[in-house]
Amino acid sequence: MSNIQKIIISFIIGSFWGLISNLILGIFIILLIGTTIQFNYLSFIIVSSITSLIITFYNKKNLQTNVSIFLLTFILILVFTGISPYGLAIDQNSFLQILFLLIQSFIILIGNNICLSGINKMSFNRLFLEIIFIRVLKGFGFTFFLTIVLFPFYVMVLMSLKTHQLLILNPLDLSVDISRGVSMFRSYIELFTDWGFGFYLLNSMIVSLSSIFIALVFAIPGAYAVARFNFPGKLLMINSILLIYLIPMITLLIPLYSFFTFLNLRDSLFGLIIVYPAVTIPVAIYMLQGYFQTIPQELEEAGLVDGLSRTGVILRITLPLSLPALASVSLFIFMVAWNEYLFAYMFLDTPSIFTLPRGLEQLDGTEVPRQHLMAGSVIATVPVIVVFLWAEKYLTGGLTAGGIKG
Amino acid sequence: MGSKIFKKRMGPIEKQGVVQAYTMLVPTVAIVMAIVLFPLLANFWISFKDVTVSDLRTAEIKVSEKFQKKPKEKGDISKIEYRFNNFSKSSNIKEVSFKDKIPIGLIIKDLPSNCNLSENIIGCELGNFQPKEKKKLKFETIAEDKYFLNNENPKDSSPIVEGKSENRLLNLDLKIKNFEEIFTSPNFWKTIRISFAYSLFSAIGSLTLGILAAQLLMTTFIGRGIIRGVFLFPYIAPIIAVTITWKILTDPFFGTINGILTELEILNEPISFLQVREMTFSFVGLDFTLPVALCFVILFESWRYFPLAMIFILARLQSVPKELFEAAEIDGATPFQKFRSITWPLILGVLFVLFLLRFIWTFNKFDDIFLLTGGAAGTKTLTVDVYETGFNIGNLGTGAANAVLVFLILVFAAIFIIRFSPKE
Repeated sequence: MSNIQKIIISFIIGSFWGLISNLILGIFIILLIGTTIQFNYLSFIIVSSITSLIITFYNKKNLQTNVSIFLLTFILILVFTGISPYGLAIDQNSFLQILFLLIQSFIILIGNNICLSGINKMSFNRLFLEIIFIRVLKGFGFTFFLTIVLFPFYVMVLMSLKTHQLLILNPLDLSVDISRGVSMFRSYIELFTDWGFGFYLLNSMIVSLSSIFIALVFAIPGAYAVARFNFPGKLLMINSILLIYLIPMITLLIPLYSFFTFLNLRDSLFGLIIVYPAVTIPVAIYMLQGYFQTIPQELEEAGLVDGLSRTGVILRITLPLSLPALASVSLFIFMVAWNEYLFAYMFLDTPSIFTLPRGLEQLDGTEVPRQHLMAGSVIATVPVIVVFLWAEKYLTGGLTAGGIKG
Repeated sequence: MGSKIFKKRMGPIEKQGVVQAYTMLVPTVAIVMAIVLFPLLANFWISFKDVTVSDLRTAEIKVSEKFQKKPKEKGDISKIEYRFNNFSKSSNIKEVSFKDKIPIGLIIKDLPSNCNLSENIIGCELGNFQPKEKKKLKFETIAEDKYFLNNENPKDSSPIVEGKSENRLLNLDLKIKNFEEIFTSPNFWKTIRISFAYSLFSAIGSLTLGILAAQLLMTTFIGRGIIRGVFLFPYIAPIIAVTITWKILTDPFFGTINGILTELEILNEPISFLQVREMTFSFVGLDFTLPVALCFVILFESWRYFPLAMIFILARLQSVPKELFEAAEIDGATPFQKFRSITWPLILGVLFVLFLLRFIWTFNKFDDIFLLTGGAAGTKTLTVDVYETGFNIGNLGTGAANAVLVFLILVFAAIFIIRFSPKE
C-alpha cells in the first residue's frame, strides 16, 4: 500500500473520530454545565488526523509510544483551539474541561488505534476498504447505541437530583453539585414521606413475589406432566400454550374488569396476584418443560425405586436439578409483574394498595415538578435493573424463551 | 395411526401415568382457563351487549326510614315511613321484599295488605321496580306501656331489602349495534391505518436496530457482557418510567432533547414531538408532510424493543460454529460478503418470525401509546380505542367489540405466520 493511500485513509479515520468525539462529548458538556459551548469541529478533525497519521507511521504499539501520542494529542488540541477546546474560558469549569479533554484525547487515541491496526500489513483492495469501513461503522455504532440507550437513563438520574428552582433556571443544566449533600436526594425523601412511595414499593414487592410463587406452584406440576408423561391431548396442550401466549391483554381487559367488579376483587392486590401468574404460566410451563426434559429420567426412576412418591421425586430430585431454569422463569415473572401497567391501572383505585407503576402514573397526573417524576422513575427502574444485572446469564435465556410478549 | 397403536399398548402403569398427568395438569389448566380463555370468550359475548360501566354495579334498592311524632305516653300515635328507590337507570329489580324490626310495644294500626307481621318483625312484598322507580310504605303505630321500658327508636334497626336484579351482562339480549357503531364511525379506517402503520414501522425499526446491535456484539472484546446488559435497559425498564422520561425529554419548554437540538442549531424552535400531529417542511424544493407524533411513537417503539430482536439474533448467530466465519475469512471474503452470504441467510428465519411476532405484539400494544400521547395527535390505534370507548365513554360493549376486532386481526396474522414460517 502506497504512502498516499495510507495518508488518505488515516485522514478519513482521524476526521471521523475527531468529529464524533467532539459531538458526543460536547453534548455531555452542555448537559453538565447548562450553557452553550462552541463546537470546534475543524480543530478536532485536524488534531485527530495528525494523531492517526502518527499512529499509522510511527506507532510501535507499546505503552510508551501510546502515552506519548496521547499527550501529544492533548497538547495539540489545546494549541489548535487556543486553550479553549470547548469555547469556554479555561478558568471556568476548568476541572471539567480538563477531564473531558483527557477523555476525548483517549477516545481519539483508542478509536484511531483500533481502526488503523494492521494497516501497514494490508494491501489496498476491496477487502481492506471494507474492513476499514466496517471498523469506522462499528465505532459509530457503539457511540450511537450507547448514546440512545443510556441518554434517557442518564437524564432520569441527574434530573432527579436537581431542585425545582435549578431546573426552571436552566433546564439543560444537569450538573451534580456534591456540595448540596443529602439535600440532593430531597425528591426521593419527599416521595417516600409525602407520596407513599414506600407503600408502592412494598406493594410491588408483594405482588411480584406472590406472582412468582403462585405461578411456580401452578406451572411446575403442569410442566412436569408435559415433560414426563404421555397422555392423550398432549400435543394440543403444547400448541395451545404457544397460542395463549399470543392473546392480546387488551381483549381480556373488559371481561376481567367486569368480573372482578362483580366479585369485588377489583381494587385489591389479590386481583393482580391472580392475573399476573395466569398470564405468565403458559410461558413458565414452556420454559420449564424444556428444561425438565434435559434431566435424565434414570435419576428420577432411582428415586422411585428407593420408595419416593412422585411428589417426593419432583421435590427432591427434579427441582434441585432445575434451579437455573427456575431462576430464569422467576426473573421473567418478576419483570412482568414489576413492570405491568395496564391491569394495575384499571384495577387499583385506593392509593394505599398502588403498585409502583400505578403510583407513578398517579404522580404523573398531578402537578408535581419533574424531579419528583424522575425520582419516581428511578425508584421503579433501579430494582428491576439490579435484579437483571445480578442474574443476567439466567435471564437472557428467559428473555429469548418468553420475551416476545410485551 | 401412531397414536392408536400407542393407546392399544397402554398398560396399567402407563394408564396410571395418564391419571397422574391429568391430576397435575388440572390446577394449571383451570387457572389459565379462568383468567385467560374464559375472559376471551366472555369478551365476544360482551361485544354483542349494550352495557355500560355503570351496569357493572349490581342494581340495589336504597331504603330510607322515617319515624314521625315520637310517642311520649301510652296511646300516642306515630308514623313510620319507608321510602324505596331504585337508583339504577337501566335495571329492573324484581320480587323486592323487605324486612325490619319494629320496637316492642309499638302496635301497627293497619297492617298493609302486602305485609305480614311475625313477632315484632315486619315483612313486606314490594313487587317489581322499574329503573328509577320509587315506592313508599307508610303505617301508623300505637305506643303501649312496654314501649317505654326500652324506648327504642324504629330507626335503630336498619331495614333489609332483597330483590332479584337482572344482570345486564348475563341476559340474552344480544345486538350487533356495537359492531355497526365501530364500522360506521368516521374515524374507523383512519384508526386501522394508523394501527397498521404503527405496527409495521415499529417492527421494521426494532428489527433493523436489533440486527445492527447484534452485529456490534458479535465481535469479542473486553466488557462485551456489560455492554450487552446495558443495551437491554430500554427493554427491561418499566414502561411507565421510560414513557415519563421521554415525555420530559421532548417537552418543548424544558425538554433536554429540544434544548440540545436548538443549541446545535438543528432546530430553529422547539417542537413538541408528542403533541404535534403534522408538520410540513421543504426539502429540495418539495413539501413533505410528516406525522410528527406518530413518527416519534414509532421511534420510541423501535428504541424500546430493539434489544429483544438483538438477543434473538445473537442467540441464532452464536449457535453457529465460529469456523464457518473463520473459513470464509481465510477464503478472503470481505465483511459485507460474509454478512450477505453467511449471516443474512442464517438469521433470515429468525427475522421472519420476529418480524411477524413483533408486528402482532405492537398491534396489540396499549400501554406505550396510551402513556406517551394518550392517543392524541393522530396516534389513536385500535387498542387505545378499546380503552376509550370502553372506559372513557363508558360503553363496555363497543369497547369489547373493538377488542374482538383486535383479536380477529391477530388470528389472521397468526395463521399467516404458521402458513409462511420456515420449517425450523
